Amino acid sequence: MFGKLSLDAIPFNEPIIMGTLLVVSILAAALLGAITYFRQWGYLWREWLTSVDHKRIGTMYIILALVMLLRGFSDAIMMRAQQAIAASGNAGYLPPHHYDQIFTAHGVIMIFFVATPLILGLMNVVVPLQIGARDVAFPFLNQLSFWLSVVGAVLVMLSMFVGDFAATGWVAYPPLSELGYSPTVGVDYYIWSLQVSGLGTLLTGINLLVTILRMRAPGMNLMKMPVFTWTALITNVLIIAVFPVLTATLALLTADRYLGMHFFTNEAGGNAMMYINLIWVWGHPEVYILILPCFGAFSEIIATFSGKPLFGYKSMVYATASIGILSFFVWLHHFFTMGSGANVNAFFGIMTSIISIPTGVKLFNWLFTMFRGRVRYHQSTLWTIGFMCTFAIGGMTGVLLAVPGADFVLHNSLFLVAHFHNVIIGGVVFGSLAAISFWFPKVFGFTLHEGWGKASFWCWLIGFYLAFMPLYILGFDGMTRRMNHYDNPDWHPWLVVAFVGAVVIFMGILSTLIMFFVSVRQRHENRDLTGDPWNARSLEWATSSPAPFYNFAVIPTITSLEQHWENKVTGHAYEKPDHYEPIHMPRNTGDGFIIAAFSLGLSFALVWHIWALALVSLAAILVTFVARTYNRNTDYYVPASEVARIENERFARLATITQVVPPSLRQHEAA
Amino acid sequence: MSSTTLSMTPDHATHDHASHDASSTTKLGFWVYVMSDCLIFAVLFATFGVLAGNTANGPAGHDIFSLPYVATETMLLLLSSFTFGAGMLSARSGRRAPVLGWLIVTLLLGATFVGMEIHEFAALIHDGTGPDVSAFLSAYFTLVGTHGLHVSLGILWLGVMLHQIYHYGLDEVVMRRLSCLSLFWHFLDLVWICVFTFVYLREFV
Amino acid sequence: MSTSLSHHATAHAHADAEAHGDMKSYFIGFVLSLALTAASFGTVMSPIVPHAWRLGSIVALCVAQLLVQLSYFLHLGTAKSQAQNTAIFVCTGFLIAVVVAGSLWVMHNADVNMMPDSMSVQAALHHV
Repeated sequence: MFGKLSLDAIPFNEPIIMGTLLVVSILAAALLGAITYFRQWGYLWREWLTSVDHKRIGTMYIILALVMLLRGFSDAIMMRAQQAIAASGNAGYLPPHHYDQIFTAHGVIMIFFVATPLILGLMNVVVPLQIGARDVAFPFLNQLSFWLSVVGAVLVMLSMFVGDFAATGWVAYPPLSELGYSPTVGVDYYIWSLQVSGLGTLLTGINLLVTILRMRAPGMNLMKMPVFTWTALITNVLIIAVFPVLTATLALLTADRYLGMHFFTNEAGGNAMMYINLIWVWGHPEVYILILPCFGAFSEIIATFSGKPLFGYKSMVYATASIGILSFFVWLHHFFTMGSGANVNAFFGIMTSIISIPTGVKLFNWLFTMFRGRVRYHQSTLWTIGFMCTFAIGGMTGVLLAVPGADFVLHNSLFLVAHFHNVIIGGVVFGSLAAISFWFPKVFGFTLHEGWGKASFWCWLIGFYLAFMPLYILGFDGMTRRMNHYDNPDWHPWLVVAFVGAVVIFMGILSTLIMFFVSVRQRHENRDLTGDPWNARSLEWATSSPAPFYNFAVIPTITSLEQHWENKVTGHAYEKPDHYEPIHMPRNTGDGFIIAAFSLGLSFALVWHIWALALVSLAAILVTFVARTYNRNTDYYVPASEVARIENERFARLATITQVVPPSLRQHEAA
Repeated sequence: MSSTTLSMTPDHATHDHASHDASSTTKLGFWVYVMSDCLIFAVLFATFGVLAGNTANGPAGHDIFSLPYVATETMLLLLSSFTFGAGMLSARSGRRAPVLGWLIVTLLLGATFVGMEIHEFAALIHDGTGPDVSAFLSAYFTLVGTHGLHVSLGILWLGVMLHQIYHYGLDEVVMRRLSCLSLFWHFLDLVWICVFTFVYLREFV
Repeated sequence: MSTSLSHHATAHAHADAEAHGDMKSYFIGFVLSLALTAASFGTVMSPIVPHAWRLGSIVALCVAQLLVQLSYFLHLGTAKSQAQNTAIFVCTGFLIAVVVAGSLWVMHNADVNMMPDSMSVQAALHHV
């Protein structure tokens, strides 16, 4: 009846987990209670859970990422604390099996449920606005994608309290992840949470690709596309190309575990090396999926806050495209030591080194954009400069690791751990936080608090160097990754420094949370009335802040790469159109949420082998989906009068500001 | 499929234009989805290629495959591709009865194909040559089974479409979905060409 | 591309004919596929073709039939209405080639290098 599930699945005897459960339960009860007390369930359901608005969905992605960041960071600081304690005979406070789950969960959560939702959220919010579209190509699918990501995150969280999580490392190499060596449900939680959220990511990739290809405003040819949209385009192509590979690879592991097959087992002709090969066919492009949109965000930010067009737009586009193509020829550098021989290693080593060329081009483009610009040190600018310094170091250690001979020494050492945190924190985290502070007013209509934003930046920057530079040294000293305890007393001081670094990073996360809190409280003082708080350049700043649900009352015709800037210079920005037309919009629906809820049931049932529940859930998913195809009432027209009402309010607000066009521009005009 | 697509420019706000844009956008999206599905099959073919020799004292392909049986399956699928095409042509000329006829034939051909595959699998498992015997058999069952699963989903979709044609007639939305299903169905035939070549025939060269 | 959305009604009709084919093209595609399938099975099942040529023949016949069906059933081609789908397909084909060929290359080399028992030290040193 309940498959493998029984009360024994709840780890009552683990005080750390039970304490966490208590805290999570209290927080959840408080949140649910507050929503009930303030009678917000209806609002939540109508405006958010059933929303198909790309800005709302993007915002929810980012909220999901920030919540999961807290979990992922808890794992991180627990590991740092363990390694700062467990030296020379001290066992530390985390038993090995629990410790193994923590480093696995940390990796899985940070990549799949923090970095990925951050990127998907940013693309969701920004891309339709930048290309002058009213929403994405398939709004319902977009909603479904988001809720599938949530289901994946819920499964990972659930695994902590009901059963256990994989103790295999974040890519779950077999044969360790096979049933014989991982007999508990941990790997099954891993598989199904990645399958469900991976499907969501793939659908978003298709959705955004079609959006960019088909829904650009008239006149916006590919070389008039803002650079963030370009990076999003390449990222979505990568998603579509490699997420099916992840799905298939995990399905083969599933076949081994559930059907007794022999793809990656030690017995009956299985070949575990094929899994390692396939997972990195997905895994390497995945890191470019994460970093490319951040490159795009940095490009927009640095051009805006330097008051100059981006230096070398075309070279930026070609560099992005080349990184996209090259990313398919480098996967083997993750397993140089597997033993494919000198020729294979040399090929992949050289291809990996080549990637540093387009990346270097980008770095110089950003520097030349700042050169002789009038740089304003907004928090987004700080993140960007911090990124350029940090990422350069991470890139150089990457090129070092690309040399197969060096990799044989450093493989699986803390040097590697330091390298990828260097590029992912320095690139993706800094990029996402920069992008959030940059585009926040476009979604919410007020700017974020500068002081706390800058405090967060300095904590993250200093914390990062304290936490990870020692890891480079430890890697050279021969310390391998994922150690529960160790006997070498020389390592201990460095690990204490790394722990201090993690604490400083924690202060950075805290500052970000305080920043949101303070900004919301001061929202009336920080309101963005113009829709263009940074005197920016691309199309999304031409509409109001917050952007209306239809984004643009009249779809603009594009004549320039920097359309909004062009309009400001020529005095055509903020012109009131002579009339409005009805706007075609998608209706909100609960179907995506419902299908995702059933897929949570399906995944949970599959994890615990509760076959009846699995069948019922699968049938429910199919029935809901088919039933939706009989719903012909999925869209509507916003009457022109309603559009006129909303737009007139905006122009009334604009009229209250003495000068809409910023002074710097008026000088420009005078010149 | 069921997603709503937005018109993009104000001069497309009249309903005809909006729905035509919607159709072409949906078809592009579905084509991209089919391409991503291709990559799933690419992984399965690559895995089959790596593991095909690992029979682990179990039978090899030429011990258990019957080429006349596979040829019959191939004929069924090829014929169903043709009947689907004929159905699409009738649909474009707006005649409902022949569309239903052609698609029912397609559905029966597809169902017979799946039936033959299930029979083949059942016989293999019954003979003690199931997917748990060797890496080769795991790869074989998974690759061919994944294709069969796709055909089964296609049949389910076809069933729903038959009802929608009956219920709504050949309107814009039904035509858009039929076009997507048509892409899907022909794509499955393409995959099968690779299956019979690289899985079955290669064993006997 | 966005510009292709605004073509005129006549262009539509023209593109539709290119994009959907007619009964004749379906029939040609069907007959060609039938012939190529028969040739594939015949290559392997009859004694006419020498063993050394068989693998090459069936791969060539497979590619030929893929092209036939892509062109006659899926109507891929260089016509304006189909150019985007064709381009996406070509990119996918390229990726499939990279994933499949790359995996086979990597795994083959791993097999060769990781089986020291079946290889002398000299052979290992000279292996490329």
